[in-house]
Amino acid sequence: MTTTKKQLHRIDLIFKNDEDCKEILRKALSKPNQEIINEMVNSGLKGRGGAGFPTGLKWKLTAESKEKDKYVICNADEGEPGTFKDREILSRVPHKVLSGMAVCAKITGARKGFIYLRGEYKFLVPELKKEIRKFHDILDDLGLDFRVEIFLGSGAYICGEESALFESMEGKRGEPRNKPPFPTECGYLNKPTVINNVETLAHSYTILKFGAQKFRDLGVKDSRGSKVFSVSGDTPIPGIYELELGMTVQDFVDDFGDGDTKAVQVGGASGFLVPRKRFAKTTIGYQGKLTGISLPTGGSMMIFNSSRSMYNVLNNYLDFFEEESCGQCTPCRVGCQQLLKGIRAVKRGEKPTSYLDKLMKLTETMKLTAKCGLGQSVANSFSSIVENFREEMIY
Amino acid sequence: MDFQEKLVQGLISKYGTDRENLLPILQGVVDQERFLSEDVILKISKAMAIPAAHVYGTASFYSFLDTEPRGKYVIRICKTITCSMKGKNQILLAIENFLKVKVGETTIDKKFTILQTNCLGWCHKAPAMLVNDEVYTELTPENVVDILREYKEEK
Repeated sequence: MTTTKKQLHRIDLIFKNDEDCKEILRKALSKPNQEIINEMVNSGLKGRGGAGFPTGLKWKLTAESKEKDKYVICNADEGEPGTFKDREILSRVPHKVLSGMAVCAKITGARKGFIYLRGEYKFLVPELKKEIRKFHDILDDLGLDFRVEIFLGSGAYICGEESALFESMEGKRGEPRNKPPFPTECGYLNKPTVINNVETLAHSYTILKFGAQKFRDLGVKDSRGSKVFSVSGDTPIPGIYELELGMTVQDFVDDFGDGDTKAVQVGGASGFLVPRKRFAKTTIGYQGKLTGISLPTGGSMMIFNSSRSMYNVLNNYLDFFEEESCGQCTPCRVGCQQLLKGIRAVKRGEKPTSYLDKLMKLTETMKLTAKCGLGQSVANSFSSIVENFREEMIY
Repeated sequence: MDFQEKLVQGLISKYGTDRENLLPILQGVVDQERFLSEDVILKISKAMAIPAAHVYGTASFYSFLDTEPRGKYVIRICKTITCSMKGKNQILLAIENFLKVKVGETTIDKKFTILQTNCLGWCHKAPAMLVNDEVYTELTPENVVDILREYKEEK
């Protein structure tokens, strides 16, 4: 492999410190709602938690609802393995996240907002509360009737799924609901709710400050803007990086790999494993480009070098899913258990290697029948690992 | 009124009896007692007029709301992929040797419980652990013992 280091362009929008938050907010709040919605829609911003739903549309749908009580929720239940960007954003530029929530509240008419913070990040609470108090003073000055509270999670990955998060906030088990209805009409306490990822809200601040065009200038068709990536694993430079969407995995590996990269897990345990032979053909973004495939991601990029056993990696993911499955629907509850048991049995030689194909079929069934994204996405990492590293599953 | 009763009453007067406040109330008890006993669950159920089975159902869903006794300090070591790759097992072994209990167990003096947990979000500084709410990263078998020694020697 060549050793020439090619560096991807670093973007500095999200973390750039901004003292004039109040002025930006004053200007944004003085605009007509329709103008703000248009700006958000035109920016092409898509949800940065991983699912990639157009943010402007979410705001618009909730704004159109005639219900009196509405909510704005910031999803800070960052639990996907390999993701840690939301904590950095919340601790370094909380005012941008809060400003995004406030503008959303203004156009939707919500008067109450929550930050659902995962229990693992409880240490952030004192600092964050201080920021919220300061922010409330700003809102009072600007005359916006909106209050934000922190709601703390208690160690459940599934609560990052929006409807499970509502259940959790309602004092119940974090079990996902059936969809539709979607949160924009029936969310927290069955009221219209905008629920956005931390990073999405911070980006909305950038868009309101600089306009949609500046955001659109970054990235590629269908995948506009920049994205904060959490880089970990076998890399000399682990950490948080804001990069443009649309790069290939090869570009990424040239920059962040250790020269011996065997595979990259894009999007955490629920995402896809990209083997070396596909690096050049795979882009990071939301939609398929003309050639190759494009992978959406919440920003988790885990790098594995040739010293890593892909069996161990898959075993670790399945152990994770088996524990974090809420247990509500059978395909996911039993499926995760059987997948874990199955790959262990093949490895020990208790099942023939053809059993791996049966397990692949099981993941397909889970994809079709599981109630929420957790059970549906187990197939992603399972099939991309088993297809590309079958021999490592067996020997 | 015993301590537990006071604790529950205090939390309920702070948060209210609506179902939406159940999680903060359960968290408040765990902050003080490290776990939710059957007694406490019944007290909360009565005070909030929520069936005990529902209170228990909610409590048992969340990994940070323990329903069995835990030590004063709950150590949670991240076992997800990056921490595993970066030496989680050696850290765990060092902790087990130092505290003389296995993962899942509590020391006789009820000071420490060792647990494993899923991704803590410190993959770039792996391996990582929580001691109650406190985060420790870039652990080595040596520095983890130093960290725990401080907790152990504290009165």
